[in-house]
Amino acid sequence: MEISAIYYIIPSLVMFCCGVYGFITRKNMIAMLISLELMLNAVDINFVVFNRYLFPGQLEGMFFTLFAIAIAAAETALAIAIIINLYRGSRNIDADEITKLKD
Amino acid sequence: MDYSQFLVMKQEIGLLAVFLLVFLFDTFMPQRGQGCVGRFCCVLFAIFTAFGFCPSLTADGFDSAFAGMYNSSAAVVNIKNILNIGALIVMIQALRWADQDMVRIRRGEFYELLLVTLFGMYLMISARHFLLFVIGLETASLPLAAMVAFEKHRYESREAAIKYILTAVFSSAVFLMGLSFVYGLAGSLYFDNIAVALWGEQFNALLAVALAFVIAGIGFKLSLVPFHLWTADVYQGAPTPVTSYLSVISKGSAAFAAMVILWQAFGAVYSQAWEWMLYALIIITITVGNLFAIRQRNIKRFLAFSSISQAGYIMLGVIAYNYMGMAALMYYVLVYIFSNLAAFGVVGAIENASGKVWIDDYKGLYKTNPRLAFTMMLAMFSLAGIPPFAGFFSKFFIFTSAINQGSVAIYVLVLIALINTIISLYYYLLVVKAMFISQDDCVIARFRSAGSERLALWICVAGIIFLGIVSCVYNHLLEIV
Repeated sequence: MEISAIYYIIPSLVMFCCGVYGFITRKNMIAMLISLELMLNAVDINFVVFNRYLFPGQLEGMFFTLFAIAIAAAETALAIAIIINLYRGSRNIDADEITKLKD
Repeated sequence: MDYSQFLVMKQEIGLLAVFLLVFLFDTFMPQRGQGCVGRFCCVLFAIFTAFGFCPSLTADGFDSAFAGMYNSSAAVVNIKNILNIGALIVMIQALRWADQDMVRIRRGEFYELLLVTLFGMYLMISARHFLLFVIGLETASLPLAAMVAFEKHRYESREAAIKYILTAVFSSAVFLMGLSFVYGLAGSLYFDNIAVALWGEQFNALLAVALAFVIAGIGFKLSLVPFHLWTADVYQGAPTPVTSYLSVISKGSAAFAAMVILWQAFGAVYSQAWEWMLYALIIITITVGNLFAIRQRNIKRFLAFSSISQAGYIMLGVIAYNYMGMAALMYYVLVYIFSNLAAFGVVGAIENASGKVWIDDYKGLYKTNPRLAFTMMLAMFSLAGIPPFAGFFSKFFIFTSAINQGSVAIYVLVLIALINTIISLYYYLLVVKAMFISQDDCVIARFRSAGSERLALWICVAGIIFLGIVSCVYNHLLEIV
């Protein structure tokens, strides 16, 4: 018996919501970045599952996932570089302390 | 294989050639020639901009590449030309800033990154498949984060960069989630196929969620309220040339791409799913942008909120999807480029000469630097929409095209936008008042700005004054769409 699509979609949605929750509540920037990764990976699961179960005759979703993974890697690399640059200057990657720019 | 199909992408190929030449120049030029990499890039890009106005090389009706993923038309070529003009002005403005001590050693990279982001925006505009669109979107927004962090020795720049990259990644994750639902609904990522698959679809929860996510993702790029929270901080912290690039070029391309996506892919479910979303977004964006602009004291934050409310007006052109709406949107972006770049040019010149960025510092500017004050006044009048400057005509055309839709809701929407125009007059005139009327003891000393800054400002002033009066520009835009 084949596992039905819902068993993939529910975990992917839970992952996405966890990512959003973590992004909003976490103070450490690396933790925020991990939350963003969770969101992006949830998207990948969604694409693959829709492709596999709803449109098995094509590969569009799979290929989109491949590109999305590459893009996520690029985004993370750049974000880490910027966080390291911030850390070098102020010895701090806590989001609550990054408040110099305001009215 | 017929390679002539790639001639459709003549602007992308030309931009890539400019990028490679600048890159080679920057890498292999001996030390003493390094100083002119900026000027070299400006000259090359000016030639490329002129080349963009040349008639198309390909035969008629042969306008797509990569199995229909890439599409080009007269309107698309035209918006790319408009963006080119803006990018050229930004490059000229940046020449003086790039000569500063801390930036000088990396100045070649600034121009290279700028060209790459422009390439990404080209792909966004031309995409007819969501895969190419997402690649273009990321190619446009990731190098921009590096540009925001460009003054890495300065704390504000670092803070702005981290805020920008985190919100950009968050927004693209939300956007991609929306796309995955769209894919589940429609079974394809080609705009045309999505439109066919969604035809006759009734309102349902999945469609609403998918569209809300997609619109939220685009809204982040356009900095529509309530997705605007990054805007003011990033604009304040980023180096001034990068801020001006973000506020006009990035926004203009995102607005055009939003129009293409919303209407070509989701046009079939306009009244069922996203009409009211866009109405609500436009109303809050214009109102909140205006109200928050009033209380800003930093000139760059002030311009950030002004640009948020301008994005709301641009979205009015998106909602009026007819040939007039498209022409009005392109004209609005063109005028907005000239007006906003004039304002940022003055801000950058003053910042380079004296380091002052507060509106209160501008008191009495007219006494010491009358030309700069006059240019700033023209920019503010144009942004506020006072006739006979170009900003009045662009607002007029965009309201007219929206009204042509003819429903009661759109009349209310345009009325609210009109009321907000009056509110915006107040805070734009506050800057003019500070410069011309207020007295202050410590005014900015008289200085002579660099030749490159003056050149950029002259171009902007000419644009503000003549674009409105010379009606053939708008007629031309109306003919080609």
